[in-house]
Amino acid sequence: MDKILILGKKALERVVNRICYEILERNQGCHNLSLIGIRTRGVHIAARIKERIKAIENVDVPLGVLDITMYRDDIFKLKFPKVRKTEIPFNVNNIVVVLVDDVIHTGRTTRAAIDAIMDIGRPKKIQLAVIVDRNERELPIHPDYTGILYRVSTGEEVLVRLKEVDGVDEVIVTRSS
Amino acid sequence: MDWRRKDLLEIRELSREEILLVLDTAESFKEVSKRDIKKVPTLRGKTIITLFFEPSTRTRTSFEIAAKRLSADTINISATTSSVVKGETLKDTALNLESMQPDVIVIRHSLAGAPHILSKILNSSVINAGDGSHEHPTQALLDLFTIREKKGKIENLKVVIVGDIAHSRVARSNIFCLKKFGNEVVCCGPPSMIPPYLDTLGVRVEYKLESALKDADVIMALRIQKERGGVSFIPSLKEYATFYGLKKEHISLAKDDVIIMHPGPMNRGVEITDEVADGPYSVILDQVENGVAVRMAILYLLLGREQ
Repeated sequence: MDKILILGKKALERVVNRICYEILERNQGCHNLSLIGIRTRGVHIAARIKERIKAIENVDVPLGVLDITMYRDDIFKLKFPKVRKTEIPFNVNNIVVVLVDDVIHTGRTTRAAIDAIMDIGRPKKIQLAVIVDRNERELPIHPDYTGILYRVSTGEEVLVRLKEVDGVDEVIVTRSS
Repeated sequence: MDWRRKDLLEIRELSREEILLVLDTAESFKEVSKRDIKKVPTLRGKTIITLFFEPSTRTRTSFEIAAKRLSADTINISATTSSVVKGETLKDTALNLESMQPDVIVIRHSLAGAPHILSKILNSSVINAGDGSHEHPTQALLDLFTIREKKGKIENLKVVIVGDIAHSRVARSNIFCLKKFGNEVVCCGPPSMIPPYLDTLGVRVEYKLESALKDADVIMALRIQKERGGVSFIPSLKEYATFYGLKKEHISLAKDDVIIMHPGPMNRGVEITDEVADGPYSVILDQVENGVAVRMAILYLLLGREQ
């Protein structure tokens, strides 16, 4: 299997930094702002964004963890999806929620995440931040903050790999030949 | 660890890994019951029938709430209001219900093995919600969940089960469950209510309540199973209450952080006094709360199993 490096450690860090500034710019600071990471990798990216915003603005933005398994539309077609904990320790009513994920592909994960958040409360806005926006969307959903755009060809897969989960920070494309 | 079972019939056949998977899944589902909108779409379009041949408040309500919080449709059937009173057999009742395409049938029956029979003839998943004096697996799972929540562990604890052990499916399921994790299980009750096989399960028997309770981490009180002739095994309820009723002064014999459990329904003043049932060590209502999360987990695992 071929492996192409799209973003290295430093480049990934710059992408996260830029997304932080974009979030702050778009929302005019971080008043009424919250971050919710989608399990698994979105959680770690959200934690990095939180840390970075703290360094820039000296504000602790509330951070939540969302497991979308209960909201999947393909739940019984998958090979036993494990349900893990959702932990959103703040009230989402009337605030801006920035959903964070590693890759947006079909848009179905985002749809599930939006439904999950709407069941918990009524945020003022929901925005979406992703590291990679790849093609083959199946729903009319688009990210508000994008690290990079990548157009995959047949047989390709984009992977965001993070130190916390995979032991290394990088974005790669694998190609099955 | 994947879940592969179609049915949940007994604790005895479950592995430690399967039990832990239920507890972990239940922990994820517990949060749903704490929301303003207590519903997720996970089991939308699934149908769950509860078929109860014995009375129940907690178990049936708990299964129904669990199913509803997962967006499944539920139908409740009691033997007394069904065609069973017209002479229909268990098998025919079950086959007729299955023709209406339910996904899960939850059954409680006074005869041990009734759920096992259904599991062999039905394509639907079957959950044992109590079969005679045999097993009550979801009760043991919610008890273990509650123990883990309160104690932070489920190993190396001293658990004392007090009461009508011989007729109690809750005791049997809990013994199987607790022994799988290497706990010390002590059963205490009048000799007529202690079954002869307990030593083969690795359970110690004490006939004197005061010695049984020494250094206990968990005390489970059980009611006398009047519907299984329990009262005929003791001289009187009053005498039973004197020797085996759990009272406030007993608590000090156990560890400082002991928890008091009871699967319900309680007969206050018999196996447990008001002071203990409503006291600071009691986790009886936590058990009921956790029952919903554990049953949500079971329904999810059975329906989401790898086919």
